[in-house]
Amino acid sequence: MEHFIALVTKPDNVPIVAILFLIPYFIWLSYRQARQTDKTGVPSDAALNDKVYVWPYLCRNEFICAIIVMLVLGVWSIMIDAPLEEPSDPTKTPNPSKAPWYFLALQEMLVYFDPWIAGVVLPGLIIAGLIAIPYIDINPKGKGYYTIKERPFALAVFSFGFIVLWIVLMVVGTFLRGPGWNFFAPWEAWDPHLVVPLTNVNLSYLFGIREADTANFFGFVVVAGYFAIGPVFYLWKRKSSQFLQELGLVRYIVVSFLFLTMLALPIKMVLRVVLNVKYIWVSPWFNI
Amino acid sequence: MNEERKGLKEKITNSDIWRSMFRHGYENTGRRYTLQVLQNVWLHLHPPRISRHALNFRFTWCMGGITFLMFLVTAVTGVLLMFYYRPTAEYAFHDVQYLEFDIPFGMLLRNMHRWAAHGMVISVMLHMFRVFLTGSYKKPREFNWAVGVILLLVTFFLSFTGYLLPWDQLAFWAVTVGTNMARATPVLGHEGPFAPQDITQSNDVRFALLAGTIVGPSTLLRFYILHCVAVPLLASVLMALHFWRVRKDGGISGPL
Repeated sequence: MEHFIALVTKPDNVPIVAILFLIPYFIWLSYRQARQTDKTGVPSDAALNDKVYVWPYLCRNEFICAIIVMLVLGVWSIMIDAPLEEPSDPTKTPNPSKAPWYFLALQEMLVYFDPWIAGVVLPGLIIAGLIAIPYIDINPKGKGYYTIKERPFALAVFSFGFIVLWIVLMVVGTFLRGPGWNFFAPWEAWDPHLVVPLTNVNLSYLFGIREADTANFFGFVVVAGYFAIGPVFYLWKRKSSQFLQELGLVRYIVVSFLFLTMLALPIKMVLRVVLNVKYIWVSPWFNI
Repeated sequence: MNEERKGLKEKITNSDIWRSMFRHGYENTGRRYTLQVLQNVWLHLHPPRISRHALNFRFTWCMGGITFLMFLVTAVTGVLLMFYYRPTAEYAFHDVQYLEFDIPFGMLLRNMHRWAAHGMVISVMLHMFRVFLTGSYKKPREFNWAVGVILLLVTFFLSFTGYLLPWDQLAFWAVTVGTNMARATPVLGHEGPFAPQDITQSNDVRFALLAGTIVGPSTLLRFYILHCVAVPLLASVLMALHFWRVRKDGGISGPL
């Protein structure tokens, strides 16, 4: 327990603790407004044309907000000192070595994927995917107000990515990872000598494949088959779904690829935790 | 007496010097409210009038503004910190110690800089969450969303480069861990898949980032320049673009 308390009260982890309160608060705040809109309908044009002068009305708000934030920052800065540990020493590696807190979701992904995926490809795809959002979301509704009913899919995907795959992984990486990047529950003491037996096996092994070339081919089939879900779904639903026709082929390919890639992370996590799967696809050049 | 004071006031506000600085009076008219915004360099990115719902804290969460405020705080405190800090392996750590123990309000200065930076990372993430939840990235604001995503990365990179500067164990190893992944970049990292034969650890993408094969004195200098000059400049340019586009795309989004 004392290790967990030490982590929670560590000055540099104050933002994570703050996030634990801020995120639920803002989810609640937006949910309440969304439910209001969904019940009573979108505010009418009359309300929109109600214009006010920026000076004094907006400037006053900005000023008050700035004062409150500076007050919080001032108290925070007086109460809690920025950390300064011993001088840097390349020969003395701390265990665990953690990246800054906002990168811990990425470091947490390293448990499940090799560095080239977790550290390079997935972050790159997160950025590309975020930028792509306005161009692939063709739903014109829900612009400028909170709503759930009018865009459930977009909200579900983004909230899952942001809250579960970014915030929760960040919190896990910060508070629940100890020496050797082993998982420690809050009440467990950190044991630097803890040895967790690595019983992970490749997915092909679980299917009884022992020969490298066959395993390589098997992995390729599984990964290609997974990403083929997108095109197959398209061909199956293309005729009957008006939404797919409006979306168009190019947008659909981008959406399905990004969506399947995002889901690959929780799928791999479940496979690792439940079946001890190490790699899905082992090839001579890379492992997935 | 009162008459005299009034006369004096009028004399001052009608003088050439006063009129050269302040172009409008302070009467409570719509014209003055408009001029107040239009003729002020700090306020002129605002439109003169906005729709009432844009004032609503429950709608905006004020997170974009807070992010900008945090940037300003880090800029001001950062400039002050630069007076006391030398980005070399010999001095960096001791300069931070000196700052903490000997400079008046040095500790407070450093705390404000660090916590404002952390605050900026939180507020920029919440800002993006809010913009998504209200669908504010939709037409015609698609491009500004893209600029915002780049600004999010710039914020992370600003914070990350600053993380190394205290040159203590925390800084050194956090940056070591954070940059280690670059080894595994496909093609461009020496441990990545499809790396050509002549990509080694002394010419791959991680080497370009660290100016060395491990985090060392040249990394410190490189991160210092990035942190204090290059990235803030980039951030300022992108922020100007971001704010300008908010206005040009029709102001803060609202129901149409």
